Amino acid sequence: MSGLIFNLFIFVLASFIGFELISKVPPTLHTPLMSGANAISGITIIGALVVAGHSGGEWAQWIGLAAIIFATINVVGGFMVTDRMLEMFKKKKTKEDK
Amino acid sequence: MQNFLPDIIQLVYLVATGVFIVGIKRLGSPATARSGNQLAALGMLIGVIVTLFDQQVVSFNFIIAGVVIGSLIGAVAAKKVEMTAMPEMVAIFNGFGGGASALVAWGELSRTLDPTMLEVQDLVTVGLSILIGSITFTGSFVAFGKLKGFISGRPLTFPGQNIFNLLLTAGLFGLVGWFAVDPEYQLVFWLLFGLSLLLGILTVLPIGGADMPVVISLLNSYSGIAASMAGFVINNNLLIISGALVGAAGLILTNIMCKAMNRTLGNVLFGAFGGGDGGSGSGPAA
Repeated sequence: MSGLIFNLFIFVLASFIGFELISKVPPTLHTPLMSGANAISGITIIGALVVAGHSGGEWAQWIGLAAIIFATINVVGGFMVTDRMLEMFKKKKTKEDK
Repeated sequence: MQNFLPDIIQLVYLVATGVFIVGIKRLGSPATARSGNQLAALGMLIGVIVTLFDQQVVSFNFIIAGVVIGSLIGAVAAKKVEMTAMPEMVAIFNGFGGGASALVAWGELSRTLDPTMLEVQDLVTVGLSILIGSITFTGSFVAFGKLKGFISGRPLTFPGQNIFNLLLTAGLFGLVGWFAVDPEYQLVFWLLFGLSLLLGILTVLPIGGADMPVVISLLNSYSGIAASMAGFVINNNLLIISGALVGAAGLILTNIMCKAMNRTLGNVLFGAFGGGDGGSGSGPAA
């Protein structure tokens, strides 16, 4: 039980940090921020690695494989697409400056 | 040595957590956004690499295959997507992330040979991962379909839909409880899985296409919470923290986006009667 309580403490405190991290984001950054945060939520890839790499039951490993594919699409695609958006954002801005 | 490696892994996870926090912070400001994203990607890479040294991870065939396939699909999709189609791309990536969290919980459950060996609180977190992850999965795909025009961008409703969805939500929490008490009853598990997937569809269908960016942001918050719940399942701090960060930050961002449209979240989610302000337009805010 103490393990669960410990995890709950971490969960609640991390949520408070998350609430405080974001404030007054300019509208142009809404989509990139959403996209970047989405890529971070692909952190579940680490859970997928543990499930797929474990030596228990083959069925679990197949589920783990699917989980890895899903999570990797989220992580790799998410960070790349965010970078593309922000790159464009920068170019557009410098053009306007000129 | 038995304890040495896990401690090192935990410490590296702590570093990755810090990198994520700084990354999200920097993503919120135009001048630093790009470096923030790159920083977050670095944090992810650190987390993935150090996990491979986990003593639990012993077979690498599935890992290599999964990472290669996933990276290829993700990279090609990210390269090819049109700039105007970004929100739906984010939606679909987000859906995969939520689905992955549900699968992690399911996989963890099925590698435990006897589910009755698991304690009730562990089973609750398995149930919640599956519930939230599945809603994110199908909800994101409906959002994608609406923006792409595969599904009508107009609010699709039937009489009593809000009440039905609320009852379904309540029923699903009941099913999570039932599953936690009686994990061997297969029917409960599959009902939980199936109805969660259905709820994701039913939640997003009544929302107009113009409101989709807000919905995607909310689903993004959900996928963070799903990842966090998956962290509870496998007892992993990095997942719990990063998931909670995204869950909370995503919720704040959703709120900011609603305010920018002069709406409240409740109005966006349940206000289908009023009709989407932007009509059937599939053009999201750039």
